[in-house]
Amino acid sequence: MTRGSGKFRARLARLAVGLSALITAAALPSLAEAEELHVLNWKGWGTDDPSALAEFEEQTGAKVVHDYITSYPEVFTKLHTNPGYYDVVVLNVAFVGQAVREGLLEPVDTEALKNYSQLFAELRESPQLVIDGQVYGVPWIWGVTSVVYDTNVFKEAPTSLEILWDPKYAGRVCWRDDPEDSVRFAALAIGQNPDQPQDLNAVAEKLRALKPQIKAFWKSEDEWRKLVAAKECDLSIFWTSSADKAIGQKVPVSYLVAKEGAIAFRDSLVVPAGTSKKPLANAFIDYMTSIQFYRHWAQAGGAPVPANGAAVAELPEASETRTVLTTPENMARINFKGALSDEQRQSYLNLWQETKAYFAE
Amino acid sequence: MKVSRTWIGYGLTAPAFVWLGITVFLPLAVMFYFSFMSRMPMGTAEVTFSLEQYASFFQRDFYRFLTWRSIMLGAQVTFFCVLIGYPAALVLARTVKGRWREAILLLVILPFWSNALIRIFAWTMVLRTDGVIDQVLHLLIPGAPSIGVLYSYPAVVIGLVHSFVPYMILTCYISLQAIDDSLIEAGQSLGGSNLTVFRRIILPLSLPGLLVGVVLIFIPVVGSFMEPRILGGRDGIMLGTVIEDQFTEVFNWPLGAALSFTLLGIVAIILALAYPFLKNRVKVA
Repeated sequence: MTRGSGKFRARLARLAVGLSALITAAALPSLAEAEELHVLNWKGWGTDDPSALAEFEEQTGAKVVHDYITSYPEVFTKLHTNPGYYDVVVLNVAFVGQAVREGLLEPVDTEALKNYSQLFAELRESPQLVIDGQVYGVPWIWGVTSVVYDTNVFKEAPTSLEILWDPKYAGRVCWRDDPEDSVRFAALAIGQNPDQPQDLNAVAEKLRALKPQIKAFWKSEDEWRKLVAAKECDLSIFWTSSADKAIGQKVPVSYLVAKEGAIAFRDSLVVPAGTSKKPLANAFIDYMTSIQFYRHWAQAGGAPVPANGAAVAELPEASETRTVLTTPENMARINFKGALSDEQRQSYLNLWQETKAYFAE
Repeated sequence: MKVSRTWIGYGLTAPAFVWLGITVFLPLAVMFYFSFMSRMPMGTAEVTFSLEQYASFFQRDFYRFLTWRSIMLGAQVTFFCVLIGYPAALVLARTVKGRWREAILLLVILPFWSNALIRIFAWTMVLRTDGVIDQVLHLLIPGAPSIGVLYSYPAVVIGLVHSFVPYMILTCYISLQAIDDSLIEAGQSLGGSNLTVFRRIILPLSLPGLLVGVVLIFIPVVGSFMEPRILGGRDGIMLGTVIEDQFTEVFNWPLGAALSFTLLGIVAIILALAYPFLKNRVKVA
């Protein structure tokens, strides 16, 4: 890009911002009654729970408007192309650093958050959220991807990831069609660091060995549910919170945290640069990290683990999140995903596509 | 007078061309532009222009393997569409008359009224183990083994043939029903058997419709990604799904666009190679 066209683009961008500001100003009087809060998240991922939203809107008199993503990279597209529109965004912790480097986020004023001090300190003080001494993300929830098994097939829970490679279950494994998770699980299985596998060839080799094992891939919870309803999966790689929901609905599955480990993601709440509704955004973040909010999600089912320790008690006592996942022994085995560079992401995708092409040979 | 008529012609067709230009060529042009970028022009990293995205198609063997796979899928689906669609169109155009013809034509078009994704999900219910086909089979023969083929290559072919066969029926039907009855009667009166009449008169005259159907089906099937992903299970990877992943998984539009244009180029070459052969066949007609 030449310098001249960059200048032209900047001018164009300023013009666009000015225009949109004008339009917003013109539209403002009609919206004055209810302040709108624009939230960006996955669909059905907590913030849009109808009963919780009703409670928040009643407390603040604001109106929450959702927009949805289908992948985290999409957050970057939306924030770049629509600056100033979003007020609160749910962002995986692994992406916060990149968003800060690209100038997309504002520091969060934690003084304004009543529940902030209640959140797990390890999550709160994560270097991925606290950058240059400023807090850019408020930990919200965390969840685990692990091995889910059919309780009609397994009378006792397996203990090792090697069960996925056991010829006894050939053609009975349902795998998550995700490059990053695939690489991480193979790395765990061969004893490498899932954040930074030393030997990607060994990881690829381990993934290729899955060829006779795999029945199908799934991408969404719904696809997995259909596979399980058709009794296609003795074993799957799946999200434990969604498995909890299935267990609550009497689907005959359970899950384990293998001795080699499981992988966990953390989601945080961030405030995009340029928002004009900081106080309302803070109120929303505070509500999202409250026990009251988590109660709604726990009742709806499929809730991951809250960053607010006191809120865990809102889950039913028999919930496997409490009986399996958060036992001290299993907690120690969980590997929290670190950040990946764009190059790593691309190389994982290439590796995974090459593996899938080998599966189809 | 003549000149003004020409201008009226331009004037009347201009909106259609402008519309086509905007909706078809503009997005394609933008994608073509993207395909030469080193990365997405967002954030702080520097964007350079090069052919590196196109080069990666030749650097990674599995892209070529998957291209071959997608082309074979296109050929197989097109073959089955001809096998099912042409006879159906023939019967519809030459044998069925009056109201029945209208009713059956309506049934052929009916699937288009529902969303393609819904049709594919409906197939998962039919083809899966213990699905509709299995249940009917078990009703007839209790204890029979499952014949569910969901999550396999045949399931992808079945789903795609179902999606595309109406195009074949419609294009063949249009050229078949345009054949003048007197030509067929003449053939018969000259002593031609039914087979000879079909081979020498009906098939050559309906060939243009058949070829249009082949092109209309082959091209989108080669690029299909949704049906293979949902129905194919472990065998569901195609070049189309790989392209989809570049857009949705890693936000690498340049590579996704470059792979799309490479596939477009390969399909264009196939059609160009087939063209002289096809042109001669049509000329005979």
